[in-house]
Amino acid sequence: MAGLPVAQPVGDRAVMEREGLQRLLEILGARGYQIVGPTFRDGAILYDELTSIDDLPVGWTDDQEGGTYRLRRRTDQALFGYGVGPHSWKKFLHPAVLRLWRARRDGLGFQFIPEDESPPRYALVGARSCDLHAIAIQDRVFVAGPYVDPAYKVRRENALVVAVNCEHAGGTCFCVSMGTGPKATFGFDLALTEVLEAGRHYFVVEVGTERGAEIFRGVPHREARAEERDAAERIVARAAERMGRVMDTTDINHLLYRNPEHPRWDNVAGRCLTCGNCTMVCPTCFCFIVEDVNDLTGEVTERVRRWDVCFTTQFTYTAGKPLRLSARSRYRQWLTHKVGSWIDQFGTSGCVGCGRCITWCPVAIDITEEVRAIRETDGARVGAVERPG
Amino acid sequence: MRESVAAAVPADPFLPTAFAVTRVQRETGDTATIALRPPDGDGFVFQPGQFNMLYLFGVGEVPISVSGASDRSDAVEHTIRSVGTVTRGLTVLRPGDWVGLRGPFGRGWPLDEAKGRDLVIVAGGLGLAPLRPAIRHVLAHRADYRHVAVLYGTRTPADLLFRRELERWRGRLDWDVLVTVDRADPTWRGNIGVVPRLIGQVERVLEPANTVAFLCGPEIMMRFTERELRQRGIPPERIYLSLERNMKCAIAMCGHCQYGPLFICKDGPVFPYSQIEFLFEVREI
Repeated sequence: MAGLPVAQPVGDRAVMEREGLQRLLEILGARGYQIVGPTFRDGAILYDELTSIDDLPVGWTDDQEGGTYRLRRRTDQALFGYGVGPHSWKKFLHPAVLRLWRARRDGLGFQFIPEDESPPRYALVGARSCDLHAIAIQDRVFVAGPYVDPAYKVRRENALVVAVNCEHAGGTCFCVSMGTGPKATFGFDLALTEVLEAGRHYFVVEVGTERGAEIFRGVPHREARAEERDAAERIVARAAERMGRVMDTTDINHLLYRNPEHPRWDNVAGRCLTCGNCTMVCPTCFCFIVEDVNDLTGEVTERVRRWDVCFTTQFTYTAGKPLRLSARSRYRQWLTHKVGSWIDQFGTSGCVGCGRCITWCPVAIDITEEVRAIRETDGARVGAVERPG
Repeated sequence: MRESVAAAVPADPFLPTAFAVTRVQRETGDTATIALRPPDGDGFVFQPGQFNMLYLFGVGEVPISVSGASDRSDAVEHTIRSVGTVTRGLTVLRPGDWVGLRGPFGRGWPLDEAKGRDLVIVAGGLGLAPLRPAIRHVLAHRADYRHVAVLYGTRTPADLLFRRELERWRGRLDWDVLVTVDRADPTWRGNIGVVPRLIGQVERVLEPANTVAFLCGPEIMMRFTERELRQRGIPPERIYLSLERNMKCAIAMCGHCQYGPLFICKDGPVFPYSQIEFLFEVREI
């Protein structure tokens, strides 16, 4: 099967048989990583704890369209033959609910009790290229400084990433438009391309870091032959050609800044339920709210942060009233931020083209279609600008 | 002067520090100024126009501008109007109570840029509070500035903040301090009308091309004031406004205070009009 394990240098390609992945998971487990990756649950592919490759959605794939997500059986036993589901890795790195600190009454005053947490060291197995970009985007929010979120920092620094290149492009994917995929180019310790061809089932493995090389040493593998490398490249190239969506991002921040009164915002507001599903499934949406929770004695309180949604009216509640009252203004904020103002804030788009917001929108609002509609009628306005009075 | 970050960035920027309440001054029916003592006798270093996140035990946290610091470093003041659960609780504190504080945050008033220039300071209602440290700074360094005008408007005479200090300011001859109210009561003998109308009373002494303006108040008031100032030839890049939005973190992570591409907490709260012009006329931005 495989030759003697040798140290594979960073950037090199190796071939690992299907069973090698099981060995890789065992090594990660033995080193104290909590292994998380795609699992089959509740009719969807969700990121959860993996104990063996049998926990992966073996032989499943998905059909995704606006407002539609269906799993179906593949004709083969592929381990990663599907696109991204409703979860993203932010659930591990930027937990949906997180206690920030506690405080206890002390006479007339009180004392703060900082969190002394040691979160799991995660091995993120099965991260796609769009998701690696999403993690890099959240890095800019939480650890680029000058202020650093200690909770994100510790999880991120400890996380090991085993990426998987996409063989399959979902109906709502547009990573090619966003320059974020489908091939993983950075941000991984190991990157796998799953190859099922001519009766063989193996992985072409790219080593991304010294840490990845060191871990991979324990997995049976051999150097990839030219035809195996080619097979892997072909698979990703085919996925790139099968994008379900496209988005023209030319000067997109200014396009949106100059169209705050475009009639399309009213049009989309007529469909948008302001449910916030798009923000929950988005791998880059980072907003949070804080809540103060008291125990019954009133002696101890704690501050908790939770993912928040810019589609609520409470989100902009300032000095006694919400500022974005209309659905129009709230959708405009989300879209303008995601693909436009994010660029000015963080030097990168907030959209990675994963298509989750399209798939999981209950009324199939399509971010690429909304941008296209505005671009095609750039400068259209609803009546005149309302003047303050 | 307009650096946005405090001297020391804490390892955990979400963790407040406990400050003791040393004094509570009722300003109006719904507004009070609380003075807080930094722990360990440390001074509290801030720039006029910056804000703090004040935490009320078990209730919540709100962004409040620093409204003053006494000469003694043991009292950093915040002037708070009771509009919600947290602010209601903060305005009824008593000396000896404690609050949590994170800060200071944001970019303040560009006092250096105003040096050697005329300066017009326009405040509406509670908007005088974030301007008070700037006004005090100008008074302490009066020779650095040319003509200075402070224009202040409230809804009624009962809403005037810092009444005694305001009267002291009015007693000086080296600047103009004008006050107006929207609605007078029988005791009022001063100006009546909205604050932008006071600009006409001081414009003859200002050299527009060499004037800096600081504005703080309701957005509608700043909108009319900014227009009046620009009509008189004051350049939009020298008209500074302090904006307010919901904030949960004050460090550009929670997303709540976004104003187009800007984070009010980090890029503001004080902005030159030229920077926000494309957003300022848009409703519900």
